[in-house]
Amino acid sequence: MIGYQNLSLLDIAIAAALIVVNGVLSVALKLDLERKLVWASVRTVVQLLAIGYVLGWVFQFSRWYVVLPLMALMTLIAGLSASNRGRRTYLGQRVDSVVSIWVSSWLVAAVGLFVVIRIHPWYEPQYAIPILGMILGNTLTGVSLGIERMTEELTAGRGAVEMSLALGATRWEAAQGPARQAVRAGMIPTLNQMTVVGLVSLPGMMTGQVLAGQSPLQAVRYQIVIMFFIAASSALGTVGAVLLTYRRLFSPEHRFMASKLVEREKPKRG
Amino acid sequence: MSTPTETPLIRATALTRRDPVRDLLLLRPTTFSLSGGQRAVVTGPSGSGKSVFLRALALLDPADDGVIQWRGKTISRAGIPGYRRRVAYISQRPAMLDGSVEDNLRYPFSLKVYRDVRFDRERVVILARRAGRQADFLDKRASELSGGEAQIAALIRVLQVDPDVLLLDEPTASLDPASALEIEALVGAWFDDRRGERASIWVSHDPAQALRVGERQLVMTAGTLS
Repeated sequence: MIGYQNLSLLDIAIAAALIVVNGVLSVALKLDLERKLVWASVRTVVQLLAIGYVLGWVFQFSRWYVVLPLMALMTLIAGLSASNRGRRTYLGQRVDSVVSIWVSSWLVAAVGLFVVIRIHPWYEPQYAIPILGMILGNTLTGVSLGIERMTEELTAGRGAVEMSLALGATRWEAAQGPARQAVRAGMIPTLNQMTVVGLVSLPGMMTGQVLAGQSPLQAVRYQIVIMFFIAASSALGTVGAVLLTYRRLFSPEHRFMASKLVEREKPKRG
Repeated sequence: MSTPTETPLIRATALTRRDPVRDLLLLRPTTFSLSGGQRAVVTGPSGSGKSVFLRALALLDPADDGVIQWRGKTISRAGIPGYRRRVAYISQRPAMLDGSVEDNLRYPFSLKVYRDVRFDRERVVILARRAGRQADFLDKRASELSGGEAQIAALIRVLQVDPDVLLLDEPTASLDPASALEIEALVGAWFDDRRGERASIWVSHDPAQALRVGERQLVMTAGTLS
């Protein structure tokens, strides 16, 4: 490929030194972020180097029994980290978020790999892994925002939910307002992203393809396809997660089980 | 006209409720029945389980034990919304939806269980007048109502669909005396409309009100109804 510049470890070290900028700001403005900065930098380097080696290895052994477990592990991690958000949680929230991310992202990735991109074999890691990864990253955001919003709406709107039930609303009639809000909240980041893509942000994958020497026109086509994968998966995942949350918190006897919603021991971020 | 019916409207047998977190009895096995024409009042210290009892009767909280029958029949899952239409629960703090009072009054008619009835503005205006409010009350923003007005709106929302039983969970506890009397008048008029067929349970911690709003006086003490 023409003009592709390989990066040496020295190049990486120089770039990493830029974190000093953040460090100076943190000290000067007393942000008290120095330790976090160091930890975040170390994680960036270690996690990416590690995945680089893993991918290098997987690409060599391009076998389904290597690719599939890696995809499963990525999905599981996405599901678990989606469940770590929000002030309130309930028993089974982890399962709900893993299930909704798994089903939605694999469904969309399957459509992508088998129908749209049509690669042979379907598990060609050069395609399967980054495409699933991009879908997962965005679905994770939708699912976690959806569950968070659902639990918040139900907590703040408990009076209205119980009023509806007391009037004779079915559990779905009582829950649909909060559920609708939650699905909107989960889908809006993707929609926002779709409206500014290309104008404000140049997505990483497209940039990468261009850097690797791909023609911008082809790179853009890939990006368009990916954006729709992301939109579909995060919508499906959000709806799934909100419905699963609903089933956990409303009993078939048309009761809202508010006591199942508990505040987290320690609010976690990220 | 006012012959008491053979089967009670509501019959609760050994109704029990336990605190799910701490192992504590909130409501000791309670057997209770309410017939048409009866107005029961439950008084007792706060935290004694009055609200627990009422919410259990409204099926809003799961009973750990016991059976509730409606007109002599057990209530199936699918029958719960229908039961709640007949047995209306009014909470201490009324929940209003966004929009005007009229929007709130129209809300029940968006629910499946009320498919057979339609919003009747004239009917609602009559109810509002009974509580000393004029027709323009319907145009007020729900968010701008005082506590008393909100409770009146919540009560009209329920009364317009003619429930047989009202479960009133300290509906006037946070209201001024004048508003409390308006609420009492509304409920009283509902009861008198079909005296002998309707029944209510009113939870109150005001002894004077307890004497005004019912004849059958009950006391709840530490989960025991007597």
